[in-house]
Amino acid sequence: MQKQLLLGVEAIAQGALDAGISGVFAYPGTPSTEITEYIQESKEAIARNVHRAWACNEKTAMETALGMSYAGKRALVCMKHVGMNVAADCFMNAAITGANGGMVVTAADDPSMHSSQNEQDSRAYGKFALVPIMEPSNQQEAYDMTRHAFDLSERLGTPVLMRITTRLAHSRSGVETREGRKENDINLPEDKRQFVLLPAIAKKRYQILLDKQPVFEEESDNSPFNQYLEGEDKSMGIIACGIGYNYLMEAFHGQCPYPIVKVSQYPLPRRMITRLSESCKRIVVIEEGYPIVEELLKGYLRKEAVHGRLDGTLPRTGELNPDCVAKAFGLQHTEGAPVPELVVPRPPALCVGCSHRDVYNALNDVVKEYPNARVFSDIGCYTLGALPPFQAINSCVDMGASITMAKGAADAGLYPAVSVIGDSTFTHSGMTGLLDAVNEKSPITIIISDNESISMTGGQESSALGHLEAICRGMGVEPEHIRVMMPVPKNHDELCQIIREEIEYKGVSVIIPRRICIQKNARDAKKRKK
Amino acid sequence: MKTDIILAGVGGQGILSIAAALGSAALTNNLYMKQAETHGMSQRGGDVQSYMRISDKPIYSDLIAKGSADIILSVEPMEALRYLPYLKEGGYVVTNATPLINIPNYPDVEQLMATLKALPHEVIIDADNIAKEAAGNTRASNFVMLGAASPFIEIPFEYLEKGIAAIFERKGNEVVEMNLKALRAGRDFAKNYIK
Repeated sequence: MQKQLLLGVEAIAQGALDAGISGVFAYPGTPSTEITEYIQESKEAIARNVHRAWACNEKTAMETALGMSYAGKRALVCMKHVGMNVAADCFMNAAITGANGGMVVTAADDPSMHSSQNEQDSRAYGKFALVPIMEPSNQQEAYDMTRHAFDLSERLGTPVLMRITTRLAHSRSGVETREGRKENDINLPEDKRQFVLLPAIAKKRYQILLDKQPVFEEESDNSPFNQYLEGEDKSMGIIACGIGYNYLMEAFHGQCPYPIVKVSQYPLPRRMITRLSESCKRIVVIEEGYPIVEELLKGYLRKEAVHGRLDGTLPRTGELNPDCVAKAFGLQHTEGAPVPELVVPRPPALCVGCSHRDVYNALNDVVKEYPNARVFSDIGCYTLGALPPFQAINSCVDMGASITMAKGAADAGLYPAVSVIGDSTFTHSGMTGLLDAVNEKSPITIIISDNESISMTGGQESSALGHLEAICRGMGVEPEHIRVMMPVPKNHDELCQIIREEIEYKGVSVIIPRRICIQKNARDAKKRKK
Repeated sequence: MKTDIILAGVGGQGILSIAAALGSAALTNNLYMKQAETHGMSQRGGDVQSYMRISDKPIYSDLIAKGSADIILSVEPMEALRYLPYLKEGGYVVTNATPLINIPNYPDVEQLMATLKALPHEVIIDADNIAKEAAGNTRASNFVMLGAASPFIEIPFEYLEKGIAAIFERKGNEVVEMNLKALRAGRDFAKNYIK
């Protein structure tokens, strides 16, 4: 079959389509977004009418997927690593209910924080939930393992976590695909109480999950994606997880003298790891993200001769690369020529003509009049308001935290407490915080900077579109304190005046400066031309 | 054969169109390739890079090790210098001469050009003007850049042509021809430059 040039994320999307999914459920987030976009644009998915619309957030996505799995069909859930925090309630409990139709959760981690606020390792969630984890090392494996993951999920009745990191997500390579499998028909769970997690049932279901653990381990030992690769030199054994394997092979030019266990499926393959430990003097673990495997093998007392990120063999933070892995084995390594001094950083910036610019220009002017004012912001393009020339915001923590942190600061007596949040972030996780504020009549000023799009990830459809005023009214914000306006430079004074008035109002007010994202506008115009 | 290329530029300059043409050329030539790219936050006018690896043997790492890239191909002059630690000894820097100044502390342009010219192996090319002259459209400047790098890439030139043709096929013959003219003009410029 002809090879297709696919990004790692696209290989997962094609793998899921060929595994016969009936739906993908997701909220955009780098580096996971293109999985869903690929399915949305796939002719085959459209012809099959695979569910492919964006969800409000990762939790609603995960729950909807679980519902599809309940009905016996296969469902894919996708998100970036921090999305797992939002969806964790459902994820943890889906491990207890188990899956009926195959359910695969793809979490795309971002070590080195290229586009994220932390570098948490989603394998910890897999381990926490006690479910099998897949960690492909290349694009072909991403395709093959996605199909494998769906079969495994259905056969063992468990959700499966597919963990990837930025470099695999956004790297392209040739991928051979195989003929797809049909979608499942509706097939309801035999046990009508399987998904009813009342304590008495949950206790039974938890025991079932625990009883499956040795089965999961056995699956890992027999998995085609885990391999014991023999080596002459037994002074050291290497455990190479996910794409860590690539850097290892790169460092040794494909000829590693030490025995290797290549790990792409968890729980760890016990027999392979035991054999490695028994035949080698010491063990080096190469893993992308947190030192999860290293810590597990080393134990609290650190008696075992296990090396990795904890003892400085590899850097404790950041993504792996061919340089740090080569260095770990004392292989020839160069730092290359230095960067000339005249090269300066070029940070990302809000686009020229972006509506957020008008919002920050006005907000900065008004805030000058209130020396104690603090601005709590959120996750999106407008987070770039933290950088020069604006330097307009004082916080960016998690989706929705702008409103609740402003409320908490106001509860503490801070005035004025201003919140800046985007339209989609508001419907993702800001609404419940707004209700808290309304219920307590908190003196906060919320600016929903509405560009009618999820822009940072490439202009996906925002769930907020057409709903914002109605949501705010429905939540109980007084209609006269819901202020919609058009943020353009000539309306600067109008926006300043509105912000001033609403800061002076000692209750909840919502200002909605609304103008479509200029990137999305241009893309939409291009599409219409076609 | 093996060619490791660092593609560099600023978010929005479209370096991925160069990567796509190279990828298509590699695939039709039955070569192995891996190409890692930047998505997300830095696309908003920040520095972006793509690691392009092409080989007749399987490739392991998606990233290029320091001191091992054969070529730095940059569509912006300051960005070309940012990746110097990755260039191997004897490797080529091929860069567009037109600065993109979207930061207040952009270096002095004369000094920047002097630094680039002082490199042992460089091709500095005014890709925008060459694209306008040869292809009648500055939008083809990225393929002028690819053409200028082509003498140092171990892929037959016809395959690069085929790669571009495959990508723009749907947009009609005129667009294909425009981009091919740009590619050839870039190659001719580089060949003269290094004489």
